[in-house]
Amino acid sequence: MKYIRQLSVILAISFVAELMEYLIPIPVAASIYGLVLMLVGLVTKLIPLEKVEGAADFLVEIMPILFIPPTVGIMASVEALKEMLLPLCVISVVSTILIMVVTGRVAQAIIRKGRAKAEGGAET
Amino acid sequence: MKELLTQSVFFGVVISLLCYRIGLWVKKKTGWALANPLLIAVMIIVSFLVLFDVEYETYQNGAKYISFFLTPATVSLAIPLYRQLDLLKRYPKAIVGGIAAGVLTAMVSIFLMSLAFGLNHEQYVTLLPKSITTAIGIGVSEKMGGVATITVVAISITGILGNIVAESICRLFHIEEPIARGLAIGTSAHALGTAKAMEIGEIEGAMSSLSIVVAAIMTVVSVSLFAQFIP
Repeated sequence: MKYIRQLSVILAISFVAELMEYLIPIPVAASIYGLVLMLVGLVTKLIPLEKVEGAADFLVEIMPILFIPPTVGIMASVEALKEMLLPLCVISVVSTILIMVVTGRVAQAIIRKGRAKAEGGAET
Repeated sequence: MKELLTQSVFFGVVISLLCYRIGLWVKKKTGWALANPLLIAVMIIVSFLVLFDVEYETYQNGAKYISFFLTPATVSLAIPLYRQLDLLKRYPKAIVGGIAAGVLTAMVSIFLMSLAFGLNHEQYVTLLPKSITTAIGIGVSEKMGGVATITVVAISITGILGNIVAESICRLFHIEEPIARGLAIGTSAHALGTAKAMEIGEIEGAMSSLSIVVAAIMTVVSVSLFAQFIP
């Protein structure tokens, strides 16, 4: 019964998220509204962690399986994929490496700057 | 036989679960990053459907019940993020600054390359969410008018590549701080990269998994702006 109760909370939030997607005229998917709602609920303690924990962990764990049907849908989009296969590969490879380098270097610069400041402050 | 398959609700579910098990088994046996259970499962299923001349709709007849859980599962991503919120409070500047820089790099680089390749709006928005977690990437792509299944392909290529090159890139570009490494890997290569970050170290793994959701949320916001640049 515990899992049913936890799942009910998650499904109820998903439903409210669907309503928001329908009512709010900006292009944001229901799942994003739901994620933010859930996070706000947890942070404000309106939703205690133990009321959703077990079922949520299960859903996150099986997530790769949930991607199988949409990915098999590629069968229906083979032509569209062929058309953009080269740009898709080039863009995926180049942007992934760029993002990794920029994120890492920027984060590292911020960390080291903060550390230098803290050490400088300790000396004076 | 074919009639039975056409009417069966369980065929799509069973073949999906079975092929995923095979994918997991291959991954475990070989240990290759390329042996991604999702891709292996999809390749087997597509081959099977083509070989036995089963229509995609027949498969989807049952498989749609699996996809039913996609939104609740994405909502559940809030739980791991909530557990890592302490980390976010401890290093707010590095985390927000680093990930924001990464997301901006994603948007700008994908925009410029799409322009160079002469992609149309549909193709462009299909690629925009390629560095974020599949669950959210699918939603973004669909909402903006992209082809979600192709987005999944780009996301998978990204994740597998990120997983393979993460260590070399960090070494080559002197990204030495464990926090910076984790952020870099999670922001560029979502969950598949995070698997590698967890192998590198505990801090790297935690930072990487935090980046998955934070980068995805920032991307949702940025995409709605950047999508307009190629009408």
